[in-house]
Amino acid sequence: MSRREAGVPVPLMVPAALAVAFLVLPLIGLVVRTPWADLPDHLTQPAVGVALRLSLVSATAATALSLLLGVPLAWVLARSRIRGRAVLRALVTVPLVLPPVVGGVALFLVLGRQGLVGRWLDETFGLTIPFTTTAVVIAETFVAMPFLVISVEGALRAADARFEDVAATLGAGRWSTFRRVTLPLVAPGIAAGAVLCWARALGEFGATITFAGNFPGTTQTMPLAVYLALQRDPEAAIVLSLVLLAVSLATLLLLRDRWLGRSVAT
Amino acid sequence: MSLDASVAVRRGPLDVQLDLAVADGEVLAVLGPNGAGKSTLLRVLAGLLPPEDGRVVVDGTEVWDDVGQGRHLPAHERRLGMVFQDGLLFPHLSVADNVAFGLRSRGVPRTPARTAALGWLDRVGLAGLGDRRPGQLSGGQAQRAALARALVGDPALLLLDEPLSALDARTRLTVRAELRRHLADFGGSTVLVTHDPVDAMALADRVVVVEEGRIAQAGTPADVSRHPRTDYVARLVGLALLPGTGAGTTVRLDGGGAVAVAEETVGPVFIAVRPESVALYLDPPHGSPRNVWPARLVSATPHGSTVRCELDGEVQLIADVTAAAFAELGLAPGSAVWAAVKASEVAVYAR
Repeated sequence: MSRREAGVPVPLMVPAALAVAFLVLPLIGLVVRTPWADLPDHLTQPAVGVALRLSLVSATAATALSLLLGVPLAWVLARSRIRGRAVLRALVTVPLVLPPVVGGVALFLVLGRQGLVGRWLDETFGLTIPFTTTAVVIAETFVAMPFLVISVEGALRAADARFEDVAATLGAGRWSTFRRVTLPLVAPGIAAGAVLCWARALGEFGATITFAGNFPGTTQTMPLAVYLALQRDPEAAIVLSLVLLAVSLATLLLLRDRWLGRSVAT
Repeated sequence: MSLDASVAVRRGPLDVQLDLAVADGEVLAVLGPNGAGKSTLLRVLAGLLPPEDGRVVVDGTEVWDDVGQGRHLPAHERRLGMVFQDGLLFPHLSVADNVAFGLRSRGVPRTPARTAALGWLDRVGLAGLGDRRPGQLSGGQAQRAALARALVGDPALLLLDEPLSALDARTRLTVRAELRRHLADFGGSTVLVTHDPVDAMALADRVVVVEEGRIAQAGTPADVSRHPRTDYVARLVGLALLPGTGAGTTVRLDGGGAVAVAEETVGPVFIAVRPESVALYLDPPHGSPRNVWPARLVSATPHGSTVRCELDGEVQLIADVTAAAFAELGLAPGSAVWAAVKASEVAVYAR
């Protein structure tokens, strides 16, 4: 084993080292260029607090919405025998590969004031979605929910379905089985999926700016604030980026247990 | 609480067509090789797999499946308990919550469900382990808990799917003996699926041998081992299983007579003798310490190159002798012979 590890061939070693440098150097650059002395001043600016709070609230709301809708969808994909499941799965994963800006445009066409559903919402309930915090949450959910669905579906497939048979022989109907057996068994997978989903929602830019706009306090999330700041005040942009980097690292630490630690056991 | 089932179902290349009837308190063993359709049958009886044709009726009137009438009662509405091969205790619940699961599903409030679960854990010898996680139990303990979980709701039908095969040899002996006691107390019908003839002999009142989705033979364990109808059955279930009481290296048989064994035992036991370890002589053999009994040949059935001989006498035995030896001895039904078995070739199981 050790002999194998020692002998990484040069054609693999060099690109691998380059890849590491490529991935890590920008982060180091960010930390190096951070104006540490002015950091407290920048961080305590009200605009930063507002954007950060909006980001955290909307990402959390998007994750909650994704859990509510995505976990049942994952169950349908993993367990049910409905026709066209493969097509369904392909459709669900489209937002994963779709450029987020396109997602934003698509949402606008459906939920905008003149949109398919938006017009009806506007006329019936007087509800306007675009350029509101709701729009931020919807845009983030659109982009992030597939991560949760894929992750939970994987967990469901990996879970031993025979436990569900056991529950049935013990008098538990399908819903009761889902609640009392399936859900607890895949809870770690759901947690991992939720963290991924939340991180993706936190970083959402394209769909948000297209569908929700860029209004401080209501739709200007951290990534939007970073982009805007970069054009006026690069130092502020660096500080905001650093905050997002810190949040991302915290997410990674949360996931580490599952991906680097116990993943083999389950 | 009887079971009447006539089941037809196709699983890939396997075409399963089986008819079964199990009376109240009776234990039916479904014995057969892997892939014979035993587990498929059990899944149909449990309601986990709808049959393509046939009926499953419990207590004469309770119709669980009737393909002709389009009736299929889902698993969770059937009054049954099932024990799976590797226990399958829910890993996220405590042992007591596992046992209480069925009662909770059927609407029993938390406290009485827990009380009943703890009572059953006590009965299967797991008192005090209710708060453990299934991962903290040994294989034998887990299987006992799984049995308690299946029996706690007082089911009409108990299904056992290879309940002992995941256990190591030593544990299997003790769990088998306990299972036997619990099955004796159980008033409903039991269907035991196994590929181990010892399980079938020790636990069942009747045996059904299944090969390639069809019943190859049915009867009492003694019947099936005495009169195997196919070579497969002959190889599978040849052994004679005799109840007795251990006293040192001697086992006093319940049916009369005594057997010398190699291991010291005390209390109720089974002794098992494989037919190939029974030798036949025309005159009493001398020499090494052996069990020697006078016997009378009842029947002789050729199977391949051996002849299976059913012996009657103080001890009821089955002997497989080569066709050549059989001819040399000049045996015919009614012949008087001496049957000899080495003490070291007699297996002893706690009962």
